[in-house]
This record gives sequence, C-alpha cells and structure tokens, in this order.
Amino acid sequence: MKEKSQVEDIDRSIYDFKDDEKDAYRIKAGLTPEIVQKLSKEKHDPAWMELFRLHSLQIYNEMAVPDWGPSIEGLNMDQIVTYVRPNTKMKAKWSDVPEDIKNTFERLGIPEAERKSLAGVGAQYDSELVYHNVREEVAAQGVVYTDMESALTGEYADMVKKHFMKLVKPTDHKFAALHGAVWSGGSFVYVPKGVSVEIPLQSYFRLNAPGAGQFEHTLIIVDEGADLHFIEGCSAPKYNVANLHAGCVELFVGKNARLRYSTIENWSKNMYNLNTKRALVEEGGTIEWVSGSFGSHVSYLYPMSILKGRDSKMEFTGITFAGKGQNLDTGAKVVHIGENTSSYINTKSISKDGGISTFRSSVVVNKGAENAKSSVSCQSLMLDSESRSDTIPAMDIRTKNANVGHEAQIGSISDEAVFYLMSRGMSEEDARACIVSGFADNVSKELPLEYALEMNNLIRLEMKGSIG
Amino acid sequence: MLNKQLLNVKDLYVDVEDKEILHGVDLSIGEGETHVLMGPNGTGKSTLGYAIMGNPRYTVKSGEIWFKGKDITAKSVDERAKDGIFLSFQNPLEIPGVTLSSFIRNALEQKTGKRIKLWDFKKDLEKTMAILQMDPSYAERDLNVGFSGGEKKKAEILQLLMLKPSLAILDETDSGLDVDAVRTVSAGIEEYQKTCKGSLIVITHSTKILEALHVDYTHVMVEGRIIKTGGASLVQEINENGFGSYESSSEAE
Repeated sequence: MKEKSQVEDIDRSIYDFKDDEKDAYRIKAGLTPEIVQKLSKEKHDPAWMELFRLHSLQIYNEMAVPDWGPSIEGLNMDQIVTYVRPNTKMKAKWSDVPEDIKNTFERLGIPEAERKSLAGVGAQYDSELVYHNVREEVAAQGVVYTDMESALTGEYADMVKKHFMKLVKPTDHKFAALHGAVWSGGSFVYVPKGVSVEIPLQSYFRLNAPGAGQFEHTLIIVDEGADLHFIEGCSAPKYNVANLHAGCVELFVGKNARLRYSTIENWSKNMYNLNTKRALVEEGGTIEWVSGSFGSHVSYLYPMSILKGRDSKMEFTGITFAGKGQNLDTGAKVVHIGENTSSYINTKSISKDGGISTFRSSVVVNKGAENAKSSVSCQSLMLDSESRSDTIPAMDIRTKNANVGHEAQIGSISDEAVFYLMSRGMSEEDARACIVSGFADNVSKELPLEYALEMNNLIRLEMKGSIG
Repeated sequence: MLNKQLLNVKDLYVDVEDKEILHGVDLSIGEGETHVLMGPNGTGKSTLGYAIMGNPRYTVKSGEIWFKGKDITAKSVDERAKDGIFLSFQNPLEIPGVTLSSFIRNALEQKTGKRIKLWDFKKDLEKTMAILQMDPSYAERDLNVGFSGGEKKKAEILQLLMLKPSLAILDETDSGLDVDAVRTVSAGIEEYQKTCKGSLIVITHSTKILEALHVDYTHVMVEGRIIKTGGASLVQEINENGFGSYESSSEAE
C-alpha cells in the first residue's frame, strides 16, 4: 500500500551520512596527561585552563564508572579519539565556509533556519566550532554569543573563568571529570541586564569521525531581568565503533530573569549519551526546560535545577522515545533552597520494540525552603509487550510545609482511537504515528514550528515498521 | 427496491469477545436511501454499525458485507472509509495533537488521493460549521479535547458534511443531546440528505432526531436480528407503542 503522510516522508538516511575523513588531525587514542596537554596547547588555552584540564583528568582516573544505570560496557575510552579538527578555521560569514562542511549542515537544515531570521547559529563540526554568526540586532543589544574557546580569552574571560564548571564540577561524576579534561567547542552566551532577546538563539553540533567523542561545553548567563530562549538540536551518523557524547551545559539564571532551554536530541543508535545539564536560579528567576530525547544507544540525562533564590521557578517538559536496542535513562532533578519556590515536571515516555525507557526524578526540598511546591507527572506509553518503562521517583523533603506531589500513568495505544482514525481513511501505521505524535504534544507545543515538525518526523520515522 | 444497491449485508453473524451478538442479519440499502435502525438497548444495533465499518474487535463469524458491488467483508477499516463508508461515533474520542480542521483535511485527502487547497477548504469548513452553529474557534482546537457531548456530536456531523460519504452510519447521534442540539444536528443530517444524496443508516432508540428527516425504511432489531422492516410510519408506531410487541414476538420464535 502506498504510504501517505501528512508531512514529507523522511528517510532515516538523512541523518546517517558522513563526509569522507579528509586530512583531519587526530589525537592519539587514549587518555594520558601528555595528550591532554597537547590538546590544551592546540587550543591556545590560558594557563589556568591547562591546569584545570590536568586536574580533571586526575579526578577522572580516580573515579569509578557509575553502576546504577544502563550498562556502558560497550564504551572503551582507550578507543575514543577525543578531538578531531576539520580543515577550516572559524568563519564569520556563511559564504566563506567550505562546501562539503556546508553540505553537512545543509542536509541538517541549518541554512534554512538561517534564512528564517534566527538570531545566530553556532555550528560544531567534529569538536570544533566551524561557523559562527551573530546577527547585528542581537549584538546591538549587547548580547554575547561566541564559541567557548574565544570566550576564554576575550572580553568576558573573567566572567567565564568565574563560572566555568562551577555548577557542574569535575568531581560530580566520572564523565564530568572527563569533560573537564577534554572539553572542546560549545557556546558561551551572556545576556545583559534587562535585555529581552526576541528571537531564539540556536546551535547545532554533529559527530563525524569514527570513534570521535563530543565534549562541547555550553555556558549561558542570563543577567538580572533578562529573557532568552536557547535551542539545541543535534544529530550524528551511525558507526560500528561506540560513540560517546559527554557534553556539559551550565545555565545561570539571574534575579527575575527567564531562560528557556530547548533541545531535541537525535543521536545515532550507537551513541552513549552521557550529558550533564544544570541550572542555577536566583530570586524570582525562572528556568524552563523543553526536551525531546530520541536516538542514542544509551542515555543518562537528568537536567537539574537548583532553585537557590526565593520565588524562583522551574518547569520541565520532556519526551523520551526508546526504540529497539535503546536504553534511555532520563528524568529531571530539582533542589528547592529558597522560600516559595516551585517546580513542575511533566514528562512522557514512549517505548517500542524492546526499548527501555526509565524515568528518574529527584525532588529535594531543603530545610528552610518554606512553602515549596513541586509536582511531578510522568506518563508512559508502551507500544508492545517487549518494551519496558519504569518510573523511579525520589523525594527528600526536609521542611514541614512543602507541597509535593507525584503522579505516574502507564498505558498503551487505545484500539478505539486507532479505529476512530482509521474510520476516516488513515492507515493503521499513520493512525498509530498520529496518536504517538499527539502524545508527544506536551513538548511539540513548546517548540518553534520547524522543531515541532522535525520532532513529528522523527516520531513517524521511529513508528515505521511498528506494525506486523 | 427501486434504487441501485449500495450496501448488502447477507446473513451476518458477528462475535464480540467470543460472544455472538448478531445472529444472521440481512440488510439492503439502496443509493440515496435513509434507513432507520431501532430497537431496545443492547440488541446489537451499534454492533452492526461497527461491523459494517470493519472494527477488528467485531469478528464476522459467517456471512458477507457487500458495498458498491464488491465484497468488503475482509477489507480494513481505512479501505472501507476510502470506499465511502462513514461512521459517526456515539462516544467520539479525544485525540490530542490533531486539530479538528487538520483531521478533516487529512481525511479528505485520504479519500480523494489529492492535496486539498487550503483556502477553499477553510471557507468550506467555516460555512459548514455555521450550519451546525459551531463556534469557528473549534476548528483549531485539538479534536474533541475538552468538547462537551453536544459539541462532539456536532463535530461528527461536521465531518459527515465535509467528507460527503456514500454511506453514513449514525450511531445514536442524538444520545446525550439537549433539545436544541438535537434540532441542530438533525438540520445537519437533513443538509447531508439534500446535498450529498448519500445513504444513511440512523441507529437510534429515540425518535426525536427523526422528526424532520425523510425516512425510507425502518428496521426493528431485537436480540441480534432484524425482525421487522417497514416504511417511515413504523417509526410513529414505535413512538406510540414501544418495542414491547416486537420483543415478545422475537421470543416466540
């Protein structure tokens, strides 16, 4: 039967392509202090950063691999080349970027997004920022959006040094330490006091070289009363060698400021996605997370919010889709410190074809966090009997007048709903995809249109072949 | 009958969860005809509707269903929809993530196999919603999500008028509706009769909705069998006397 779909069909191969390895420079596989030093020198790190990296490496070597989540046995750090640099220097103009590198981004839709007057696009290609462009209007407002490396030595060097890996310390866990040692690329954003950035800032990064790791670092500081929406979307091709993503995102939300941080992660199905994201929110500030997790073989992802100032808020809206061979362990964490703080976590998960989706939440209400309110809701949709879905909530409440609730639901696609859609001419496959997309609408409603469409395409792709 | 045959149900036996509900139903519907299917609760009226639509939960044990000269007994639900069969649900489901407007547009595209021009479609939809006295803002709301019972039923009739099927099965469309809503829905069905000249199977156990409609045949179903067929006047008779005599005659068999 010919397939008809509401949006243009997308073959998974659009995400599974790679350019030929050119004369890209590669560091010896394996992690020794010599390698880290070499990396640091290549990047022209300031002295403090070189020391920081070496110290992190030490911590990395001393820490144990976490054993409480999905197995990461398939990851052999000795095999992973940490840094691959493409042939081009960072460019200011899109027109100057080499053709084949442009092609990579073109196939991922970036030029289109550029045309759609987004404020600026920072794109990473194999651990290094290739293209970066900040629109005049955003720069005129005083907004700083550069790659992490430049930020270390430019005008904001002190600000960066003051914040870099202070929120996610290398001692947090083994992969934070790894990140501290070999991080490369990523974005630095600073929004000055009172500035409201109308257009979402977005960034892309992609893995290419076989066995190369991605360790980009994102640092966003939104100053008092300012407002920003930052979007990340990423994709990687398929390989036989295990791929690792150990990025780090640190978000500082100032007094009465607002930051919305949206991601669609669509890593290839052999990736180990061990990402650490954390936000610190001051008085009256708000952090909004919007997160769509697809792809990757194994994921550990628990964006964490620290509600330090009084009246600060956190909202987390997420969806996770675990298909065949995937074990996605995701969730959210929040710590209530100030008074009258509130957190709202609304996640959905889908599992199919033996995929495993685990939702972990942790709500900590400190002594002194009077009137804290927290509500966690997790809905799971299981598409067959081989798949697995677990919810593991944890709550640690140390004050008497907190209001904390948790709700979990699990279900499968309603046959009646499928019948209803089919009775209007939709094929069974389309009907199921439609219902699953509808299930994911908690997230798609919060994303700009082109991202919502990409997400629905991903769902359709994942749903293909789920019948028969 | 004089009209060309559209639907032919031949000696149909249908199980639901291993329980036989329909015990040999025969029904013939001609083009442009309006048939009423009445009977006490739980006698299998909706089951017949679902079986004609092809709901997989309803297993055809024996017998056949023919539509437009073809045996559709084994055809899937979506194929039957594309052939021109429509079912208006008694309890329409909420489908988050799909707007009422895009749902109908997609259904039209499935049926015609062509892309629908957005502008023409929207005008058509607006006009049709006005006939049903539906708030135009409902077009962009998620299908049935948060709709009242009456609005859900109107949304079903809206789909009926927009999709223009050859055969429309209306399953207890008037249930749960207030007097005004019944009137509006009835007007919508009348509009369908006039403009689409399609065939109707109106499943109901009250008769309010039929007052303004032109009815060709009335069937009384009791305990999984059609035990009497008559003209429009049969509706009146049941209105006055109820199903009592038919139930006892069914038992006597």
